[in-house]
Amino acid sequence: MREIRPHKPLHFLILGIALVYVAVLLLAPIVSIIQRALENGFEPVITSLSEPNVIHALQVTFLMTLGAVLLNTVFGIIIAWVLTRQRFRGRRILNILVDIPFVFSPVIAGYTLIVLFGRSGWLTPTTIPIVFALPGVMLAKTFVSLPFVTREVGPVLATLDTEPEQAAYTMGASQWTTFRRIVLPNIWPGIMYGVVLTLARALGEFGAVSVVGGGIEGKTETATMFVFRALNDRNDIGAYSMSLLLGVTAIIVLIVMRLLRRSVVREQAAYVNHSG
Amino acid sequence: MTTYPLNSNPPVSFTAQRARPAWGKLLLRFSAVIYLLTFVAVPVIVVNVEGLRSGLDAFLADLTRPAAMNAIWLTLWTSAVMTVINVVMGTLTAYVLVVYRFPGKDILNTLVDLPFAIPTLVTGVMLVLLYGPQTAIGGFFQNQLGFKLLFAPPGIIIALLFVGYPFVIRAVQPVLLTLEPNQQEAAQTIGASDWYTFRRVILPAIRPAVVTGGLLSFARALGEFGAIIIVAQRPQVATVYLYSQVEAGEMQAASAVSVVLLLIAFIITLSVDLVESRHHA
Repeated sequence: MREIRPHKPLHFLILGIALVYVAVLLLAPIVSIIQRALENGFEPVITSLSEPNVIHALQVTFLMTLGAVLLNTVFGIIIAWVLTRQRFRGRRILNILVDIPFVFSPVIAGYTLIVLFGRSGWLTPTTIPIVFALPGVMLAKTFVSLPFVTREVGPVLATLDTEPEQAAYTMGASQWTTFRRIVLPNIWPGIMYGVVLTLARALGEFGAVSVVGGGIEGKTETATMFVFRALNDRNDIGAYSMSLLLGVTAIIVLIVMRLLRRSVVREQAAYVNHSG
Repeated sequence: MTTYPLNSNPPVSFTAQRARPAWGKLLLRFSAVIYLLTFVAVPVIVVNVEGLRSGLDAFLADLTRPAAMNAIWLTLWTSAVMTVINVVMGTLTAYVLVVYRFPGKDILNTLVDLPFAIPTLVTGVMLVLLYGPQTAIGGFFQNQLGFKLLFAPPGIIIALLFVGYPFVIRAVQPVLLTLEPNQQEAAQTIGASDWYTFRRVILPAIRPAVVTGGLLSFARALGEFGAIIIVAQRPQVATVYLYSQVEAGEMQAASAVSVVLLLIAFIITLSVDLVESRHHA
């Protein structure tokens, strides 16, 4: 469709409705948390964020998110590859399975981990505890953020011209070299975009992590669980400070997403020009 | 005998390629299948087996408890109200983002993804700070208009609107971008009104995307927990009910509700798959 400058009253009305809606729905809440957390300046925020159990919660969040992102990036690329480049029975079912974490309630996901690995669970290991321990937190984060890399890389792989790959392969490059030198540069922006979405989702997960991790202070407590506990303990400044930190992180994530989307579009345009 | 003018070696034939065992290919397929089975199929099976383990009667008894029924009903109707509003406002926003040129458009386009980036628990905290009973807005509604915004269905719907906002936009926007301007211009040239052009030319083209986006936001709303546990621990939506049952060790009761929620979500996923494949066919 062609972009126009609004010039009729109707255009301004439609534009106005959209802008007011976004301002009320998205901007006003952001403004209110910034205002409230910084009511007495930065000092109380910094003090409450440097408490030992808060630092521990941030470390747990960071490490477990990192684990989930690594797992989902490696397997996300493999799944996208298999779904777009291989024909086999059950491919359609596999394709549907990828999307299930999007619609599977995180609380239920946490609950299934308890059924599997909890006290008198189906597969409870005797050596490493999973439920109410860090492995459970990482599994929960991995589950909820599983689809993103596959869903970002898949469409790029599907539209990629396979001729350069075949040429490289025919000229004697190994499959790995072909992938690394020909395919990877093309899907790289898609991977990065998927990684950022995975990161944001895993970082902010609460329901699944709370059920399976139990939110044990100084042990399995993550950033979001700290906010929840701080609210219940009437530690308002603690809850608001951590919310502010998570909100600022989200805005950084948004900016990175924006920059990446621009480069994805540019890559795709370059690709279209190149092949067409 | 065939001669090859440029190269004395015969070209690589498909059989020769296949002679190298396709272990790599099989290994990749195997790891993709195993990863998805462990992480996705196993939880689905576990929920269903656990929910139906004590038989159908126990399952129905758990499901028909008033608290469970009320929670599922509250989830369904608040999600449905959100979806209706979201479909209208999301389509409108996508239209604005594609058709109009205005200052700050890039910022608006970036901001739309905020609900994807921000932890939903933080969304809940922000909404309490804005609409809670102690705030100006929340206080006004409670004292002047006599009803509560938060800790009541309106708060749940506001939280779901926030969380679901990007879905319809991100489904409709790419379709609008690919629409040919000629058709609308033709319609406008022969004197069709803006509304008529939208209804007869644009809407039919974006309808599958609107349906897909709406269904996805509905599915997302069914499972939402982080924002709702903050804005309304009561009345309980299905996920909050589940959470309280798991916390209380009532695993059986949690299972029954999980099965139903999962079934609805699964039907939605299949419908989206159907809408998309029919549209592309």
